[in-house]
Amino acid sequence: MFEYAPAPESRSIVDIKPAYGLFVNGEWVDGEVRNKTVNPATEEVLAEVTWATESEVDTAVRAARAAYENVWSRMPGRERAKYLFRIARIIQERARELAVLESLDNGKPIRESRDVDVPLVAAHFFYYAGWADKLGYAGFGPDPRPIGVAGQVIPWNFPLLMLAWKIAPALACGNTVVLKPAETTPLTALVFAEICQEADLPPGVVNIVTGAGETGHALVSHPDVNKVAFTGSTEVGRAIAKSVAGTRKKVTLELGGKAANIVFDDAPIDQAVEGIVNGIFFNQGHVCCAGSRLLVQESVYDEVLAGLKRRMALLRVGDPLDKNTDIGAINSAAQLERIRTLSDIGAEEGAARWSPPCELPDRGFWFAPTIFTGVTQAHRIAREEIFGPVLSVLTFRTPAEAVEKANNTPYGLSAGVWTDKGSRILWTADRLRAGVVWANTFNKFDPASPFGGYKESGYGREGGRHGLEAYLDV
Amino acid sequence: MSRLAVRKTYKLFIGGKFPRSESGRSYLVQDSNVALASRKDVRDAVVAARAAVKGWSGTTAYNRGQILYRVAEMLEGRRDQFVGLGEAPADVDAAIDRWVWYAGWSDKIAQVYGNANPVAGPYFNLSSPEPTGVVGMVAPPESALLGLVGVVAPAIVTGNTVVVLAAEGRPLPAVTLAEVLATSDLPGGVVNVLTGKVAETAPWLAAHMDVNALDLTGVADRELARSLEEAAADNLKRVVRPPATPVDWTADPGIARMTSFLETKTVWHPKGV
Repeated sequence: MFEYAPAPESRSIVDIKPAYGLFVNGEWVDGEVRNKTVNPATEEVLAEVTWATESEVDTAVRAARAAYENVWSRMPGRERAKYLFRIARIIQERARELAVLESLDNGKPIRESRDVDVPLVAAHFFYYAGWADKLGYAGFGPDPRPIGVAGQVIPWNFPLLMLAWKIAPALACGNTVVLKPAETTPLTALVFAEICQEADLPPGVVNIVTGAGETGHALVSHPDVNKVAFTGSTEVGRAIAKSVAGTRKKVTLELGGKAANIVFDDAPIDQAVEGIVNGIFFNQGHVCCAGSRLLVQESVYDEVLAGLKRRMALLRVGDPLDKNTDIGAINSAAQLERIRTLSDIGAEEGAARWSPPCELPDRGFWFAPTIFTGVTQAHRIAREEIFGPVLSVLTFRTPAEAVEKANNTPYGLSAGVWTDKGSRILWTADRLRAGVVWANTFNKFDPASPFGGYKESGYGREGGRHGLEAYLDV
Repeated sequence: MSRLAVRKTYKLFIGGKFPRSESGRSYLVQDSNVALASRKDVRDAVVAARAAVKGWSGTTAYNRGQILYRVAEMLEGRRDQFVGLGEAPADVDAAIDRWVWYAGWSDKIAQVYGNANPVAGPYFNLSSPEPTGVVGMVAPPESALLGLVGVVAPAIVTGNTVVVLAAEGRPLPAVTLAEVLATSDLPGGVVNVLTGKVAETAPWLAAHMDVNALDLTGVADRELARSLEEAAADNLKRVVRPPATPVDWTADPGIARMTSFLETKTVWHPKGV
């Protein structure tokens, strides 16, 4: 491997304040409880952030209710649309700043925040902006109504993108929102609040309350919230589903996954290897739809494994702001601990562990890209979501066995299929119990394309025409 | 001397057969002894429903539509029998027409509820609905036949299979409908009908880890509905809550009862030469 010269993106474009309050009713308000958010690549403290209390959440919900009743639900769709278009444009204009900030707070490579996250954020607002005055054509009746106040809780793996997935359709449909970003990645959501101000969005339509689990619990269990949208772990999703039992709250949940990536013997191996790498190492594997279980047909196992190891040795792990970096920092010490624990269990249970030689920085949270071979379906690393750059490799002999193994999980978010044979793709896709099937590609996202799971990966869809249903009273 | 009538024994309907409750229990209702289903009957019914999923969801939409239409034909032939059980003639007619209505949906719902997605890149991208799997249901008590058809037909037309708890106070139309289903080419296990006490059996259905969705339309007791929804969360069942206002079962049902038990699958593939 030849050496690259460092190519760091400058962080001078971002202006991080020493401390942030809550964004409620169009204004910044100081909160009671403070916590720090750190750069996971350096452990440097980036800013102090408020952790909203129950009463502060209540204030935000009231602001959202007032904005819903008095302004947003009454505004013609064409006017709502223009606000969303305006927001999309500002995101494009501030794209570089948002990308750098996202990489600083999350640890993901700048190449991904710049080329994937932020462009998709802008695209998402553009897409749903166009729906705001066309809802009667969406297939949910001639005059579908909004639901009311949406309480939205998002994860740390794609902080700003998950915000866009939640806020854009909610606003397009005429709802107002109170959104809680993840406690380790609040900064881009707080800049988004500034963008709402810059767009002159009416006060109270978007409220951002930062905090941890208690803040999220206060939000989703607030009696005046009409709609709950959550992306995160299946464990928390289950608790939310229980907490809304007996209410009239509409709920959508986008939860965990353990996606199978199936490689048949006639697959274009080089492309498949690229897809496997992208499937599990994109965003450090902090992806609910990551292709974390590789199922290889026995006859091409050696060839695929050799190619995969060769390719993995070329992955560059390190400074998220370096434009050459492929794999950035693990988002938090807690997540790193979880990845380490499950990986150790994988080795203890008898799977063979391999990582390419790679030097990890001294400070920050890092985990080398890792594969386990000789994994069986009973192994915990084949059953539990690791949410890190760790791939379990299993084999199969027949297409029926591949489908059987792929579906042998309580999850059902995504799956991958690699083969040159069209009829085999469609046969396999038909049988996979997963909400998104990528055939001869992986980890592709688009605002026009619905995303969401089967089984314990949750319910409801985000994106596309289907994503409107989550925010309409239908 | 006048002829002595042959009385009917009303039993459960599980896996296409008519067993008694394994518990050996029955209860007196509508002047008849009716099987009082147990926890084990619920589990047997779920096993039968699960076993039927692959075949029923794999059959063509055209074939499913034909079978639902056949149900309407069979029901029409037994119209008077349901009137004799105390169902209003207009409700029986509406129930027959409801099967016809849903029969026609079998090969149209995917066109109405699925679509191509114009993504920003060289990809084929298609979203299509698929059945959720096994649906547990509590039939609405206020309309023993029409209400039952109103919840069962939309779930099975798309390829789901069903375990339904019949209206506790009026189970005879449900058992008689099972006889209609059994003679309509509907594969065994697609619809399973249990009679008995809803408060006793529904919790087992709601907590069963091999049930994918729960329709609580027929649960009038709010506290029971809440506890069933809580139990359903353990494996994230899709839940249809009891309606906020009474349902008019004669009105156009719309597509929501079908889409509540559908999953959307989106398939991507690159375009290229």
